[in-house]
Amino acid sequence: MLNYRFQWRAVFKHLPDLVDAAFLTLQITVLSVIIGLAIAVILAVWRRSENAWLFWLTATWVALARNTPALLQIYLFYFGLGAYGIHLSPYAAVLAAITFNNAGYLTEILRGGIDAVNPSQGRAALGLGMTPLQVYARVIFPQVFRAVFLPITNQIIWAMLGTSLGMIIGLQELTGMTTFLQSQTFRPFEFYLAAALIYLVMVETVLVCARLYARWAFRW
Amino acid sequence: MIKIEEVRKSFGNLEVLKGIDLTVDKGEVVCLIGGSGSGKSTLLMCINALESIQSGRIEVDGIDVHAPSTDKNKLRRKLGIVFQQFNAFPHLTARENVALAPRHVLGLPKSETNQLAEHYLAHVGLGDKLDAYPTQLSGGQQQRLAIARALAMKPDYMLLDEVTSALDPELVGEVLDTLRLLAREGMTMIAVTHEIPFAREVADRVAFFHDGVIHEIGPARDLISSPQRTRTRDFLGKIL
Repeated sequence: MLNYRFQWRAVFKHLPDLVDAAFLTLQITVLSVIIGLAIAVILAVWRRSENAWLFWLTATWVALARNTPALLQIYLFYFGLGAYGIHLSPYAAVLAAITFNNAGYLTEILRGGIDAVNPSQGRAALGLGMTPLQVYARVIFPQVFRAVFLPITNQIIWAMLGTSLGMIIGLQELTGMTTFLQSQTFRPFEFYLAAALIYLVMVETVLVCARLYARWAFRW
Repeated sequence: MIKIEEVRKSFGNLEVLKGIDLTVDKGEVVCLIGGSGSGKSTLLMCINALESIQSGRIEVDGIDVHAPSTDKNKLRRKLGIVFQQFNAFPHLTARENVALAPRHVLGLPKSETNQLAEHYLAHVGLGDKLDAYPTQLSGGQQQRLAIARALAMKPDYMLLDEVTSALDPELVGEVLDTLRLLAREGMTMIAVTHEIPFAREVADRVAFFHDGVIHEIGPARDLISSPQRTRTRDFLGKIL
């Protein structure tokens, strides 16, 4: 067992394929976080709504997204929607499912962030003659942003690693491509190690950028 | 002039203000005293429309505060308010805290708002803390920052809601000194306070609130030294 001989030639040969696949992983991550965040902002507002329908829609979304397996969510989008004649490509199904999942988690993160700001901050800002919009933009939002920044960073990483589930429905993102290539070359150990390294580099890059940004932005 | 007539205010079934009448002239300092829940803080919130009223009328320089047509944001520029919790904006430096409203509410250029901020921070004794964030300031300093921030809007009136109540005892003095300074400069102030000696020294008139009404009102020295009504006497006896 200890005298396994690594042979990296096949990995080097297919490195461009792995890098392309990593970019696909990155693309789904970025899109799913941006769209998920946009949805989460709306859901977080609805969550506080007096309207029972909006409240329950939000509560259901959050519960389904957070309390069911992400793989199952991908299946629902890929196979389930077929029942309504909606046939998504693997790419669209993974993007939709990860976005759905992100939106649920991000809604809760935003809700926590809003709750973290003392309501008397808003009153003080109104007392200075600021309009409600100015109060939100200049006083409340910056404080919410700080409170949610780290949890959102974690969510980005979770989303990036979660895209690997796309492999199951045949999407050739980094894990899918790696699985395909190792089956062609019979070098699974080398390929999965290489893929692991690429994931690690991507995640560490996100973490380092987030840390540098936080140090610059949150001096208070 | 602030004119309060027959103001009633309820939270749900609880009537907090049961018909308040009070007129405060320009340059006057009026302190509101009384037990907690007697309605004095609520009245301050009603004066600058942070709270609505059920009936009655509040006028600030002839403007009906609670008329639907009144631009409340514009009205609040006349009325500086400082709260018990300091409410310094934690993401902004002292200078930025003070410059924020003049910059975005009055639309003054940045050079001018910075000068304004430096002037008012120096005025409350924080001239050496311009670039400090609130977390780097003591409670007393944060409260003086809140006062400077309100002053920078050049308000005609200051509403002070128990501004020393959340402070450690050794920090109360510096904030009261700042208020004395304002009083000397002729600022019109309505201050909810539990600092009876301060009220006696600085206020022109003192109003004793009890159970949602002004139970007794009079010149500060008279009311505090020789209250006419039993409840006022009881309250002052307990607190002094």
